[in-house]
Amino acid sequence: MQETSHSENALAPYRVLDLTQGGCLLCGKLLADLGADVIKIEPPGGDPTRGLGPFYKDQASPERSLYWFAYNTNKRGITLNIETEKGQELFRRLAKTADFVLESFNPGYLDNLGLGYAALSEINPKLVMTSITPCGQTGPYTGFKGPDLITWALGGYLFVVGYPEKPVWISFPQASIQAGAEAAGASLVAHWHRTQSGEGQHVDVSIQECVTDLLWNVTEYWDLNKTIVNRVGNAWKTAHAVMRQVFTVKDGHVALLLMGGGGAGMVASDKALVGLMDEAGMAPEWLKTFDWVHEFDTMKMTQETFDKVAGPIAKFLLTQTKERLFAEAIKRRILVAPANTVKDILESPQLKARNFWVELEHPELGETLKYSGAFVQLSETPIKIRRRAPLVGEHNDEIYVNELGMTKRYVTTLRKAGVI
Amino acid sequence: MPGKGALAGVKIVDFGRVFVNPNTAMRLAVQGATVVRVESHTALDLQRMARPYKDNMSGLNSSGSFTGSNNSKYSITVDLRKPKGKELAMKLIRWADVVMIGMPPGAMEKLGLGYQDARKLKPDIIYFMSSQLGNYGPYSAFAGFGNHASAMSGLYSLTGWPDDEPMGQYSGAYVDATSPRFGVTAIMAALDCRRRTGKGQVIDQSQLEAATQLLLPLFMDCAITGRVALRSGNRLAYASPHGVFRCQGEDRWLAIAVLDEREWRSLCRVMGKPGLARDHRFATVEARKKNEDELEKLIGEWTGAHTAEQAMDWLQAAGVPAGVVNNGKDLFDDPQLKHRGHFRFLQHSVMGVHSYSSPAYRLSKTPDQQFPAPALGEHNEFVLKDILKLSDDDIGDLFVEGAVTTDADLPEFKALA
Repeated sequence: MQETSHSENALAPYRVLDLTQGGCLLCGKLLADLGADVIKIEPPGGDPTRGLGPFYKDQASPERSLYWFAYNTNKRGITLNIETEKGQELFRRLAKTADFVLESFNPGYLDNLGLGYAALSEINPKLVMTSITPCGQTGPYTGFKGPDLITWALGGYLFVVGYPEKPVWISFPQASIQAGAEAAGASLVAHWHRTQSGEGQHVDVSIQECVTDLLWNVTEYWDLNKTIVNRVGNAWKTAHAVMRQVFTVKDGHVALLLMGGGGAGMVASDKALVGLMDEAGMAPEWLKTFDWVHEFDTMKMTQETFDKVAGPIAKFLLTQTKERLFAEAIKRRILVAPANTVKDILESPQLKARNFWVELEHPELGETLKYSGAFVQLSETPIKIRRRAPLVGEHNDEIYVNELGMTKRYVTTLRKAGVI
Repeated sequence: MPGKGALAGVKIVDFGRVFVNPNTAMRLAVQGATVVRVESHTALDLQRMARPYKDNMSGLNSSGSFTGSNNSKYSITVDLRKPKGKELAMKLIRWADVVMIGMPPGAMEKLGLGYQDARKLKPDIIYFMSSQLGNYGPYSAFAGFGNHASAMSGLYSLTGWPDDEPMGQYSGAYVDATSPRFGVTAIMAALDCRRRTGKGQVIDQSQLEAATQLLLPLFMDCAITGRVALRSGNRLAYASPHGVFRCQGEDRWLAIAVLDEREWRSLCRVMGKPGLARDHRFATVEARKKNEDELEKLIGEWTGAHTAEQAMDWLQAAGVPAGVVNNGKDLFDDPQLKHRGHFRFLQHSVMGVHSYSSPAYRLSKTPDQQFPAPALGEHNEFVLKDILKLSDDDIGDLFVEGAVTTDADLPEFKALA
């Protein structure tokens, strides 16, 4: 997509005040990547998220958190104690001209400080304020503590993953990150209405609902069939069989969709896979003439049939590497792909060809670090990861002195008083 | 035309298939955008052939998988390979602000409906393409399903138990469900940019690249130290206890996530074992991590004597993060989701009244505008007459040529799974 000249960033004119923490920081990051001026506001001393690992070279310290680095690129950062009266006054001053305020405090926290939507919309009626909470702004769970595992459970995703013996989550916490991504789109939906009507509004994001939203068809299974979807391990459950979908290869694992019956692409994939096995001399005669449409009809197939077919395929896959198999899969349209590790992805030729990874300088570390690039490619306003995450209070002078017009001396006084 | 919701007036033509693209378009439709879903009887969306079906009776208008990703849209059935079908698609592109493509790279170009073609019809069009690995690059031709995207994105390697093989998420298709959030964000930004500058653009969503955002710090750590993060069950390196515990009843579970010492002491009190907090095996998070198997056994003994709901209420009241591991039925009974009105029961033209999930957020001034998913081609007439303003004669020709497909064009229905 290298075809035209680019004028500006997609969200260049807008200012965002970001009070979120943890995975919710992704919301502000996406808006910052799209070009908005996002100011991350931390309490003096630094945001609690700076305590989240992994840490740069395992050095646990507020300026070494890779979690912080990753979810705050392209943002500027200031310190401000919004629990002080002076701090609240300063926040209101900033909110007066801001386009978005993002926050992930417990419901009611900002209201108690006089900084809730009701108060802020009075001084800035055009403001879009987005609040991300475990279960939403009101309701019986409002006071609940909802770290990722809990909202993952309440939202229903935990129940359906794992072996029958026990549910399992995704080992890198996902719930608040999902909510952060959802909140970015939601904020822009509210923003669109503002551009049409001049009216701002409050966006109330529930992490629990963001998790429920990932469920595909689990709730429809209950509503339409009165079936409770349960866990089947690494498999697809059909009417009469549990169909394995993760297979071991020489250097790891792959995901293979082995289905027949109605899906034409699937039958073609099955046949192409057997063709590949045959070239290696590993396809049994009966499999070469197997009737994938009728004998492997997903709706009718028995466990016995599936296991019989999967046997020689599993044996063949053990002789393959992820990379080689995937190259053949692309060429022959076989529905198999590598179960990549983080390292495989870092080395992916596809991502390399798309210039995905970027390097950012960290002068304070005397090093350049590798970052994931654009979450999406936009032809006219391409995303650039241009700025590393802010150090604690890095842009205090830039914003308090240069933009709000305070004297350096006054800023020092505020710092000493614990306001910034 | 409906004129309500935050996105009232935004016009979208959705050429998507199977989940990601249709689901992305649905999120905009629910907020009031007018979304025309282009389908056909001759190349059925696989999601129409996917379980669960209403009352277990398969049929192309009874899949709950389809309705969950396609509500609040208008369905028109067009054979894009017929000349008049292609012309019709071109009319829809001229009408639209956003064109959405969820087919493998190159498929729309082959039909003469690629970005360059669309741009000639409408210079400021926003053309959104979503594919597993992006629209260009050595592997872009791979056409897989959501489980492939999830496996390739590292999610499988990070799910499951240590020393066991990687695990697929639900249906394997986690990344199918996570990509639409990033798509909505990109499309809304492009729409605002167009509003200000008059410029359209093409958006290339690689679902893999979007999914990296879910794991960002792990890539950095690996690049710096070479460490490869893998699955660790339900445990977290810096917290304990942090896991899932069996409760009274069949397949009933409670999640407990203790993140600090105060929560740990409260948990011990609620379990009626305050002394445990001072026990040298569990007195610090380091000690608890060392003796985690034993700790989990002790907690499991307590939860096993109670219902998940009761234990959650006690623990949350004492300030301990705990949550029922809700199953598909529980979600409908969950008091919080009820309070939020998360499930709506809407009248589908064929399936009758059934459930729809609301968006995961509420807008204070412009409530969403959800309506039921369409039957196949349900809005042919509405789209042709009211949206495209075609004459009765022109509409007749479309049917005669088979450019607009009908049930007569339908091959034998085969349920997929």
